[in-house]
Amino acid sequence: MATMRDIKRRRDSIQSTEQITKAMKLVATVKLQKSKTRAEAAKPYFNLMYDTIRSIMDRSGQLNHKYLKAGASEKKAVIAITSNRGLAGGYNNNIVKLVCSELPAKDTVVYAIGRKGRDGLARRGFAIGADYSEVINDPLYQDAADLTAVLLEAFAKGEIGEIYLAYTSFKNTVVHDPKLLKLLPVALDEPGAGSRQEPGSRAIMNYEPDDETVLDAIIPKYMSSLIYGALLEAVASENGARMTAMDSATSNAEEMIEDLSLQYNRARQGAITQELTEIVAGANAIGG
Amino acid sequence: MAEMFKLKIVTPDRIFYDGEASMVELTTTEGEIGVYANHIPMTSIVSPGVLKIHEAEELRKATLMAGFIEVLQDRITIMAEVAEWPEDIDAKRAQEAKIRAERRLQDRYPGTDVMRAELALKRALVRLETVAR
Repeated sequence: MATMRDIKRRRDSIQSTEQITKAMKLVATVKLQKSKTRAEAAKPYFNLMYDTIRSIMDRSGQLNHKYLKAGASEKKAVIAITSNRGLAGGYNNNIVKLVCSELPAKDTVVYAIGRKGRDGLARRGFAIGADYSEVINDPLYQDAADLTAVLLEAFAKGEIGEIYLAYTSFKNTVVHDPKLLKLLPVALDEPGAGSRQEPGSRAIMNYEPDDETVLDAIIPKYMSSLIYGALLEAVASENGARMTAMDSATSNAEEMIEDLSLQYNRARQGAITQELTEIVAGANAIGG
Repeated sequence: MAEMFKLKIVTPDRIFYDGEASMVELTTTEGEIGVYANHIPMTSIVSPGVLKIHEAEELRKATLMAGFIEVLQDRITIMAEVAEWPEDIDAKRAQEAKIRAERRLQDRYPGTDVMRAELALKRALVRLETVAR
């Protein structure tokens, strides 16, 4: 049986761990509030951008544009948005797993935003094209625009044929889904719940100056806005994931402390009983 | 009174404007345009310029830096990368930016990014124009 001192030491160590996880949880909660507000403020732009692009595509019939067709190259690029810090439950690992299961390692170049995802994917044999990890600390629209410019240049040169975006979408404080979106060639899936659909307004869209120039200008904006939105959602998800992880860590620690306290008290009781028995036995021996 | 249409202006971090207007004036890559209700569907690219929103009673001005505009019969959506009301603009900073950009364009060192300097100048000018009444 463990001695009193061992149990006490163990309990103290768990207690200080609990204090850390508790503090981290509080910090994550505050950060979550902030990042959630930001993500929600950006959502209208994100959604409207999607809807607008959609309605333009719907109205314009068959367009033949370089951004709407897959590039010549077999190579794929993926923007993997994760965090720079761990201790957020499965947050980073989910993205790594998603990318691994959907994209082949040998034909994919990773544009990493977030150190954890970069390291995880590098370990699994993905080539890392570029690393923008500092962006996740404080995402700006400009960062997304810069990344878009880099990717489009590689796309135009024929170095990559498809561009994907892997991020964690923020549903609510406890639910976040890892998601893989195809950015280029532009592929719009079924109309979402939020998109507008009215009959009767399907007049042909006019482009000024012409459709090619307009799409050349709009699609990069569409991409940057998706990336920016994804960055904000990922930050909110990261803090949400960390908060949940730290909350369960704290309650686990509490449970362990309770168990150890019980053991400690038992050991203490046992020691007292033993001492008493020894004293009584000693007194008997002298008095006898 | 002219017919009203719905105007929505969104930037990446907020809904900049959401309301009704009778006419909106802005600059596109093709030049300055003014759009009334019942315009034919049109998509165009916004270039830096002053945006004028003619509401029922008043005229509101703002700057519009980049983005695109989607015109539908009863609705106009402007997806702007940057949009500012006059009260958001720091006139002094814009003035300084203008001078800096002008200097860069004048000196033309080999390393000068002329396009960037021109854009910076354009932005500064637009900001100053918005603030000036």
